[in-house]
Amino acid sequence: MFSFLLQRLALALFSLFGVMLLVFLMVRLVPGDVVTNLVGLDSSATPAQREELRRLFGLDLPIHVQFGQWFGGLLQGNLGSSLRTDRPVLTDLALRLPVTLQLTVFALLIALIIAVPLGVAAAQNRGKTIDTIASLLALLGIAAPSFWIAILFVLVFSLQLRWFPPSGYTLFSEDPIGNLKSMFLPSLALGFSLAAATMRIVRSSLLEVLLLDYIRTAKAKGLAARAVVYQHAFRNALIPVVTVIGLQVGNLLGGTVIIEQIFGLPGIGRFALEGINLRDYPVVQGAVLVVAAGFVLVNVLVDVMYALIDPRVRFE
Amino acid sequence: MKQSFWKVLKHSPSILIGGVLVLTVILAALLAGVIAPYDPVTFNPVDRLQNPSFKHFLGTDIFGRDTFSRVLYGAQTSLAVAFLSVSIALLVGGIAGALAGFYRGLTDTIIMRITDILLAFPAVLLAIALLAFAGGGFWNLTLTIAVVYAAPFTRVARASVLRVREEVFVEASRALGLRSQLILLRHVLPNALSPLIVEISLRLAFAILSEASLSYLGLGPQPPAPSWGQMIADGRQLLETSPWMSLGPGLAITITVLGFNLLGDGLRDLLDPRLRKG
Repeated sequence: MFSFLLQRLALALFSLFGVMLLVFLMVRLVPGDVVTNLVGLDSSATPAQREELRRLFGLDLPIHVQFGQWFGGLLQGNLGSSLRTDRPVLTDLALRLPVTLQLTVFALLIALIIAVPLGVAAAQNRGKTIDTIASLLALLGIAAPSFWIAILFVLVFSLQLRWFPPSGYTLFSEDPIGNLKSMFLPSLALGFSLAAATMRIVRSSLLEVLLLDYIRTAKAKGLAARAVVYQHAFRNALIPVVTVIGLQVGNLLGGTVIIEQIFGLPGIGRFALEGINLRDYPVVQGAVLVVAAGFVLVNVLVDVMYALIDPRVRFE
Repeated sequence: MKQSFWKVLKHSPSILIGGVLVLTVILAALLAGVIAPYDPVTFNPVDRLQNPSFKHFLGTDIFGRDTFSRVLYGAQTSLAVAFLSVSIALLVGGIAGALAGFYRGLTDTIIMRITDILLAFPAVLLAIALLAFAGGGFWNLTLTIAVVYAAPFTRVARASVLRVREEVFVEASRALGLRSQLILLRHVLPNALSPLIVEISLRLAFAILSEASLSYLGLGPQPPAPSWGQMIADGRQLLETSPWMSLGPGLAITITVLGFNLLGDGLRDLLDPRLRKG
């Protein structure tokens, strides 16, 4: 078990390194130049001044040397400074990470709160009205783009009912209720398609388990339906559910970029988008590193969850 | 063959409904020039920001362009990007995956490590980063989605080929002394296709969603060409007064994605021997 985890972790770190190398090369090889972007196309900066700027940023060095410097800094916990504001990237990331983290965790929680009871109910009442309704809702939830669902929610809950603000962010430390209010719609919009996907897998996975012999035994000895489902069947139905959620967290992290943009939330996704638009290399690299690391971490966590849920994995 | 085709439709509502939805959208795209009541790009300021009516089914936008007509033309963009990008991804990913699964060894290791890296990264963010640096537009968008989706195809193709290459008939052809390229092309690939067909349908759905997201961020086909994501973004500012500017194209995306998803689900049930009944 331990060596299995160690192996997974090593693979994950390798993937992460690959991603960073890819992004590092990508932002530098694609046409467009940070210096031109900073001073403006029609500015009066002389070629010599531009060269000076490039040297200041270390952009005149060979690309492998640049990567070496950046990677060396990374190992010491230094992600460089923004080319535009000169603020350390790490400081900005630390300010913005809580927003994205809150958004993702809330979305995940909302998805589970919707998906698990609905999936269980659908599986228990296979073919009946509640199953049909839940399945239809799930199909629509998967098909509708999250940014459109976000806009629908804004239309209904902000503009018509005036329950939540249509955009903007409130710090939790300043106004906890306002913070929750400002995060509710974004989290719901982001979690909606995850809820749909999770509900479908809870339903189908539970259906499969409910056909097994030991469930028939449990029913035969007179256990209540509720106890059969939650104490006996659910644990065995969990593995595919955890897999799907693990896979979907990647989409969730990607989705934060657009959702943060729509609701004006100052998170990592929007930070990355701003960095990309301004060709602020250290900002893009830092933001991408955090997102990719989060994704890789979730995948390792999923492996740990397998081991916790299923003893067979643990003793392999 | 013909009889079994109708039998399939009768027994699989998913394939039937999904097929009808997809066909409808394809027809809407092909016949946009005939069906659309108005020109999708010409400004018509007199009619600006109208609510839905019999004259304009989905109302008009800020330049007085008919939203329904623009949604129809938007289908052309959306489907073109989806079909082209998935074809390229299938070609590249499918070949890479087949090679990895069939030859194993170093080829496998190299191809799969690259795939792991591509998959270790949220697809949308990768696409945004690629596009933001390369610039938006139809071809860049198509190629970007193709790059992002090549990796999943590689995985599916490899898994499928791995399964088939262990079967007895492949062993038999090897024992007969056939060359390995011939075995791969003639015997392994045809039998490894069905998971790929399912994957194609589901990937088309994802591609439509990705195209919409990226167009929403302004990284898609450049205006005035109508694209669904861009239309939703345009309507975002006028949500309170003209909600149909966003609602119309969003519905179109949902219907299209739903169609491809249903088709993919239905095909999976049909092609998976474990789930096939009788």
